Amino acid sequence: MSPYVSPVIRAEGLLKTYRDVVAVDGIDFEVPAGESFGLLGPNGAGKSTTMRMIGGTLTRSGGVLEVMGLDPETHGPEVRAHLGVVPQEGNLDEELRVRDNIIIYGRYFGLPRSYLRPKAQELLEFAQLTDKADSKVMELSGGMKRRLTIARALVNQPRILLLDEPTTGLDPQARHILWDRLFRLKEQGVTLIVTTHFMDEAEQLCDRLIVVDHGRIMAEGSPASLIREYSTREVLEMRFGADRNASVVAAIRDIGQRHELLPDRVLLYADNGEAALDEVMRRGLRPHTSLVRRSSLEDVFLRLTGRSLIE
Amino acid sequence: MALDTGERTARPPRPRPFGGLYAGNMRAVLERGFIVLAKQNWAIVASGFFEPVFYLLAMGLGLGGLVGTVTGPGGRPITYAAYIAPALLATSAMNGAVYDSTMNVFFKLRYAKLYQAMLQTSLGALDVAAGEIAMALVRGLLYACAFMVVMVVMGLVSSWWAVLMVPAALLVAFGFAGIGMAATSFMKTFQHLDMVSFLLLPMFLFSSTLYPIDVFPVGVRWLIMAMPLWHGVEMMRQLSVGALSWATAGHLLYFVAMSLCGVTVAARRLRSLFLR
Repeated sequence: MSPYVSPVIRAEGLLKTYRDVVAVDGIDFEVPAGESFGLLGPNGAGKSTTMRMIGGTLTRSGGVLEVMGLDPETHGPEVRAHLGVVPQEGNLDEELRVRDNIIIYGRYFGLPRSYLRPKAQELLEFAQLTDKADSKVMELSGGMKRRLTIARALVNQPRILLLDEPTTGLDPQARHILWDRLFRLKEQGVTLIVTTHFMDEAEQLCDRLIVVDHGRIMAEGSPASLIREYSTREVLEMRFGADRNASVVAAIRDIGQRHELLPDRVLLYADNGEAALDEVMRRGLRPHTSLVRRSSLEDVFLRLTGRSLIE
Repeated sequence: MALDTGERTARPPRPRPFGGLYAGNMRAVLERGFIVLAKQNWAIVASGFFEPVFYLLAMGLGLGGLVGTVTGPGGRPITYAAYIAPALLATSAMNGAVYDSTMNVFFKLRYAKLYQAMLQTSLGALDVAAGEIAMALVRGLLYACAFMVVMVVMGLVSSWWAVLMVPAALLVAFGFAGIGMAATSFMKTFQHLDMVSFLLLPMFLFSSTLYPIDVFPVGVRWLIMAMPLWHGVEMMRQLSVGALSWATAGHLLYFVAMSLCGVTVAARRLRSLFLR
């Protein structure tokens, strides 16, 4: 096996406070090279703040942070030479054409034009934007803009790609195209750091993730191990109608391992969902609708925080 | 297709007097500026040139017909147009530099997110700030040269010293750009930007641009003479007729000091400007 490699990112007691708000509350994590690492949590959990501190574009209030062994705050340009950054809000250069967006961005890294011209072509192909090379940025669709942002972030051949909510606001097809591109990068050994509040995205993309809430780490592990540890294999979702959900819970308290009462439905956690549903029916309770599904990270989050990811 | 993810040799580390704020690559910021400038709507670019020209035509020729000749620097009588032309050049250098370092920087910072994108690359905040100021000076140089041509064609310069009005305009612009960028680092909303125009307009109206400063009582005169534009106007006017004196050196010194101050404060405020 591979010898011990020092992590490409190491955070220890990482802290960010704004006046009286604690955005990131002393978190620790390490990311080894080549891993796809996720930060899963609701909006305002401190994910983007953490990302910006990694890129050295936000000063931290305390703790240790090392990227490729360097402090991004004092070695910003050197650290960012190894990073590709895909921010949450689009910041493509609308005054430049699609191809120039990649080339000029490469110039910001001090890369020569002789390298950038073929590289831009290669990246346009990767992002499936070859026909749009000479278009204005404003003419691109949301998915195309996101792919261009990723292509642009790859111009310096980064070892680490930071993706902040990469598919928020995209339609399902555009999301799948994007995920496919990200898998390819992962196969090529690029370390991916992904923030998301979509559990399916976290399950798709991440080898390992931390669940964050209010700037703190609630749990850490692979998607599968988190689900194993914090949830059952299956979940039974039932809707009895808004006024009956609460009263039903008392009657089914002993079925399965755990239950959650949400405003619109009751969740019953059991390793065998169908068996649990049979038991509910046997007691004469008739839900309007019922659904048995596998546990997801959403359930893990609900268990850890008592709240849904998307509110 | 596969992407080439091979290692490239990293650039050798440079000495970094500004810590993580400087990468020695403001050239790339300028390069972007030139591409945008070249592809820009030339009507907008030209508008910056026509503004002082319109003033010159309206005031210099129009109002000048009523005024006749006035006493220029060194006591020689000159036409009213020749009197205000150097002042208009100084004012347009001020306006251009202040616009670029406040409104423009504020917009790119808050709305276009251009600097956010630049700063997620190897560029440091100092590269971005220096590159943007340099780009503002390039635009200023274009305007100053064009205005000089107009002055020569209209016969409003009477000395070879007037050639120095172009670098003088750049110095005036540099002085205002540094202060402007420093001021922008304190601005939070568009209302703050309105205060900028509120400061510029009276400076233009009262800094001996359109009439001599002697019309004011001594107290007001001192106030005006403390303001930067008055020094710019006087310096330009003296250069335009070649009436140089120690006063000219004083005005020059004022702008050198102002530039140094502006750049120092702006450099100190880089984190608050770009990294918040």
